[in-house]
Amino acid sequence: MSVLVYTENWDGKFKKSSFELVSYASKVAEMMGTSAVAVSIGNVDEAELKLLGNYGAQKVISVNQDNLKTLDSQAYTSAIASVAEKIGAKVIVVANNNSGKSIAPRLSVRLKAALGAGVSKLPISTSPFTVYKRAFSGGAYADVVLKTDVKVITLAQNSFDVIETANNAVIEKMDISVDAPKTQVKEVQKQSGKLLLTDAEIVVSGGRGMKSADNWAPIVELADLLGGATACSRPVSDEGWRPHDEHTGQTGKIIAPNLYFAVGISGATQHIAGVSSSKYIVAINNDKSAPIFEVAQYGIVGDAQKVLPQLVAAVKEIKGK
Amino acid sequence: MKILVCISNVPDTTTKVKFVDGDTKLDTNGIQWVINPWDELSLTRALELKDDASTGVKSVTVAHVGLATSEPTIRKALAIGADDAIRVNADPTDAYNVAAQIAEVVKKEQFDIIMCGIESSDFNSSAVGSMVAEFLGMPSVSAVSNLKIENGTAVITREIDGGKEIISVPAPFVAIVQKGIAKEPRIAAMRGIMMARTKAIKLYEPVAIDALTETAKFEMPAARAACKFVDAENPKQLIELLQAETKLI
Ligand SMILES: Cc1cc2nc3c(=O)[nH]c(=O)nc-3n(C[C@H](O)[C@H](O)[C@H](O)COP(=O)(O)OP(=O)(O)OC[C@H]3O[C@@H](n4cnc5c(N)ncnc54)[C@H](O)[C@@H]3O)c2cc1C
Ligand SMILES: Cc1cc2nc3c(=O)[nH]c(=O)nc-3n(C[C@H](O)[C@H](O)[C@H](O)COP(=O)(O)OP(=O)(O)OC[C@H]3O[C@@H](n4cnc5c(N)ncnc54)[C@H](O)[C@@H]3O)c2cc1C
Repeated sequence: MSVLVYTENWDGKFKKSSFELVSYASKVAEMMGTSAVAVSIGNVDEAELKLLGNYGAQKVISVNQDNLKTLDSQAYTSAIASVAEKIGAKVIVVANNNSGKSIAPRLSVRLKAALGAGVSKLPISTSPFTVYKRAFSGGAYADVVLKTDVKVITLAQNSFDVIETANNAVIEKMDISVDAPKTQVKEVQKQSGKLLLTDAEIVVSGGRGMKSADNWAPIVELADLLGGATACSRPVSDEGWRPHDEHTGQTGKIIAPNLYFAVGISGATQHIAGVSSSKYIVAINNDKSAPIFEVAQYGIVGDAQKVLPQLVAAVKEIKGK
Repeated sequence: MKILVCISNVPDTTTKVKFVDGDTKLDTNGIQWVINPWDELSLTRALELKDDASTGVKSVTVAHVGLATSEPTIRKALAIGADDAIRVNADPTDAYNVAAQIAEVVKKEQFDIIMCGIESSDFNSSAVGSMVAEFLGMPSVSAVSNLKIENGTAVITREIDGGKEIISVPAPFVAIVQKGIAKEPRIAAMRGIMMARTKAIKLYEPVAIDALTETAKFEMPAARAACKFVDAENPKQLIELLQAETKLI
């Protein structure tokens, strides 16, 4: 028996979110009186694999072969399911990101294992095995019983803190044969080095109240100064004021930063659906009755054009820039 | 080529949900039901492909797993332009069960492309599309922001962290679509609404497959602390507060 956690890598490296995932899996294992094993797919060096031990993985299984060079959901599912069966995994933990969403549901069917998707806490109980997950796009949460012997959980991003432990993981290379992928990647267009909106701990976001694309400089500057990323509401990306990959909300990106600045954003339900898991929301809006203030912990009622430059100046002062 | 678009029937996106029976059931009183936003866009893209004769797409069918109460939502999809519809007469209780029912439909009717949304706005599992594919042993592509058909084969744009990939995949396959798949949802014109009345909704009885999960109880989101207001004349104070209280700056 064990808890298996799939840790994705980005060009051979793990991220903070990988460590959150392993920390979570270790805690679930503890609740079940067993240990956590991580599985990594692709080319990751030994030193990097070892890092997973610092968050509680007793063992790290590394699978690396040609048929797993690109993310083909069938091939990845085969590989992870084989590992799970070999080690007798009772719970499989996967990230609730794009890759995780393409693998976890397939694992659920392959192993006839109940899926708890978008879970944001440790299981409420292990018997019956009950998880707490987002429902109605953040309008509510559901306690869901996973009724099968083996379970699959996808963990919501930034929902669990990293826990470091003194522990030395055993690294094991495993040969697993999987069929050649049916999907073929023809071309990759990738901007590397840029902080991803979904990884950012601080996000500064602008809405229609910013009035025009020309007014974005202080939003970008504030985000840069805080080491964060920029985002926007849907009408802003629809207008072409900002790129589509910044669109946040129900029909855009769902994010969970520690600090979310909503500037000139009214706070429509569909926008809130994408940001309601943020630890703190800060609202700047010239309308005191804007719904965004109902979900914000900090607010300024005022004109964004006047307030933003002063926020930028204040951060510069604090950071000594 | 035949396309199947899977549609989920969800409360209007502005709904403030409430629960009854000791918080075990959704209070459906006064709820407006709509086609899940992603599925509306997915249907739109399927119809765009059909409109373009060069793609070879001959028909667009919608499928829904749900009770008769969801027929108005299916009619809406027909009014928007779907050629026909299938309803599996089952109470949808989890993604596994829903996907198993859809897989049975596909086995009987044979489609080349099956389109699902990335997430249903009610239970947010992002699961049905990939599960359908696994039940059928088909390839699936997630995070699809564009789907084209060139010389009879599908060319897909998949969103990845910090960029995109162009992927080709042989039919039949499942495409799990997200932002970008279509610009604006197509809306039903008067003619479409009239025609929808005469289009068939084919009824399938469900196969016996148990759900693997059960919703024990709903909870409202934890209350957030009330907003602390800072004077607009002194924004610096906001930064000081954030620094002192959240330790994030
Ligand atoms: C199916 C569906 C899905 C949707 N999905 C999304 C989604 O994913 N994301 C999303 O964002 N929206 C989404 N929407 C749209 C959503 O309903 C709102 O229309 C949208 O969020 C409003 O964007 P906004 O807050 O930028 O603009 P507005 O609602 O126009 O708000 C602008 C705000 O700026 C304030 N303001 C004006 N001038 C100033 C100033 N000088 N200084 C400070 N404040 C100022 C105003 O008081 C106002 O509150 C969706 C809608 C539907 C129907
Ligand atoms: C009154 C009521 C109560 C419900 N209670 C529950 C409950 O307690 N637990 C629960 O899990 N579900 C419940 N459902 C069913 C729910 O609406 C979904 O159909 C189903 O559970 C899948 O949700 P998901 O979040 O897993 O979908 P996702 O996997 O997020 O959906 C992704 C895509 O799958 C397709 N899809 C999803 N559902 C259907 C469907 N029914 N028919 C055809 N295609 C579909 C769509 O393309 C959708 O975009 C209930 C439905 C109703 C009307």
